[in-house]
Amino acid sequence: MRQRRTSGIVQPKGLRSVLMRMGLFAVLGLFCLYYLLPLVVMVSTSLKSLAEIREGTLLSLPQAITFDAWAKAWDSACVGVRCDGLKPFMWNSIAMAVPAVILSTTLGAINGYALTKWRFPGADWIFALILFGAFIPFQVVLLPMARTLGQLGLAGTVPGLILVHTVYGLAFTTLFFRNFFVSVSDGILQAAKVDGAGFFGIFFRIVLPMSIPAIVVTVIWQFTQIWNDFLFGVAFTIGDSNPVTVALNNVVNTSTGVKEYNVDMAAAIIAALPTMLVYVVAGAYFVRGLSAGAVKG
Amino acid sequence: MASGIRLEKLRKSFGATEVIKGIDMEIEPGEFVVLVGPSGCGKSTLLNLIAGLETATGGAIRIGGKLVNDVPPRDRDIAMVFQSYALYPTKTVRDNITFGMQTRRIPKDNQQAALEEFSQLLQIDHLLDRKPGQLSGGQRQRVAMGRALVRKPEVFLFDEPLSNLDAKLRISMRTEIKKLHQRLGKTIVYVTHDQIEAMTLATRIAVMDNGHIRQFAPPADIYENPVDLFVAGFMGSPPMNMLPGVLCRNGAALAVQPKGTGLRFPLPRPLADRVTLQDGDQVVLGLRPESIFAAETELPGENRFVFEEAVEVVEPTGPDTMIVFDIGGTEMIARVRPEDARPEGTRFRFEVDMTKAKLFTPDTGQAM
Repeated sequence: MRQRRTSGIVQPKGLRSVLMRMGLFAVLGLFCLYYLLPLVVMVSTSLKSLAEIREGTLLSLPQAITFDAWAKAWDSACVGVRCDGLKPFMWNSIAMAVPAVILSTTLGAINGYALTKWRFPGADWIFALILFGAFIPFQVVLLPMARTLGQLGLAGTVPGLILVHTVYGLAFTTLFFRNFFVSVSDGILQAAKVDGAGFFGIFFRIVLPMSIPAIVVTVIWQFTQIWNDFLFGVAFTIGDSNPVTVALNNVVNTSTGVKEYNVDMAAAIIAALPTMLVYVVAGAYFVRGLSAGAVKG
Repeated sequence: MASGIRLEKLRKSFGATEVIKGIDMEIEPGEFVVLVGPSGCGKSTLLNLIAGLETATGGAIRIGGKLVNDVPPRDRDIAMVFQSYALYPTKTVRDNITFGMQTRRIPKDNQQAALEEFSQLLQIDHLLDRKPGQLSGGQRQRVAMGRALVRKPEVFLFDEPLSNLDAKLRISMRTEIKKLHQRLGKTIVYVTHDQIEAMTLATRIAVMDNGHIRQFAPPADIYENPVDLFVAGFMGSPPMNMLPGVLCRNGAALAVQPKGTGLRFPLPRPLADRVTLQDGDQVVLGLRPESIFAAETELPGENRFVFEEAVEVVEPTGPDTMIVFDIGGTEMIARVRPEDARPEGTRFRFEVDMTKAKLFTPDTGQAM
């Protein structure tokens, strides 16, 4: 490993700077606590039994740790009339998010590549129009999209939701890739053209391997957006094809019986786990991609 | 057998700005042509037109007799070395070099043979598994050359390939490029703004300015017989001294009297015979710094002229010392031997070899 970049830097010494430093860390620690508190409450509540929740306070830690709530949230909590837990809906979300992320990222990369490296008259206009899509609120496209899905016979299905997310995500993915490719030297593309590669040859063999950082950013962004989406999910799917966000809502907002806070919390964490996982896994690649680019040249 | 290149009335515009303004040029097979000129003169655009990276607005480009205006770069049988090297950052040196052969589906054995041949020639065979990011500037330059050479095209195009190297490396790479040309005998078109590179490498130099070719001739010709003030001023370092003056009679012979002085530079016979202007007409006298030296330090010859001026600035370069002085408000540079130099402020006796003098008409800039 390389030495840390800060290790050799001359820094001021003395009481004043020590105090400043302590103050700085105190403030940072405070903010850290502030942001972590909701997660702590969620995790601790999900590990308590219902009786303990009724007796204790919100912030008290679980006395006897139990995973019953997690098990129930996963495969026996009632979502509407069906009591199979979140499990089937997790699969819905995965079946929706994975293809939608792959499609929107791939198409966005090709768009960005064509708009920057194979410029044609009106390219800037087309980019401006695509970019416009990034500023259209979800709610505005609900009705036209519902019509479109109906016409295509995809209403109420997971493939329909994939289409919606792919189309809606294109504005963002195109923007990300375009901005990345602008910084890729045209000389490299010229060299590849002289070397005999064509549009897709250059794209797949030269440009895409260089774009790992952009791909990772886009995948994190798209996956988070698509996985966490509630509005399109609730509007364009029904019952068994609901994504997990809609199912979570149905678990938490159930109006019958006792309110099972521990199950609600466990369900919420389960629904959020994949995005965290993607961030942790892809985030490592992201940092690696950045430092690979940081090498001179 | 190398291919020649022929440009006919070639034009290129970007929007409303015309960058290449009708260029005619005939490059013989195996020639080493250097396009040289100031920034923005169109030399890189001209190279890109030959490469097929830009589309011509008008005129014709022929490579090996074949019209290639509408032929994409890959089918022009060219290879190019870029100023930025433009290596593929994610590929190893090996893949960088063989990429062009891979896209052309050349059999693996032939690829390997070509790779070995040229990586040894360029002394990069120990770097084949590295990525471009792990190479020094000079090594990247070699890889970029290897990538071009390995396909054995008929024409090589170089776009300022040495401008990112440090001075020492630049000189050694320059020599290597020249050796490569002698060895391979392929046609080379080479763009640079460095006139020393142009002089040392070229079999013929094309001096470009503002989308035109001012002069296309062998290096010695360009240096000795520049067609106009632009070429004369561009080639040579320090540049040629341009002394404005008027023609006058000096007894039987013609002479040039710089403005605001009593000096009269006598014109030697062959030059004086070519002068068609009258007494009192404006001219520009061109004197290379090396044709002005300390008086009586060289063997006496014909057509010498001696004058005295005050030394203003002394600039030692090592082998020579530049002395800056003033004639009638024009700054002049003389190249003298270091031991002849005198400190600032002293009067200095200069001697000019007038046989090397050039004469230009000030309004058109044309040489006489």
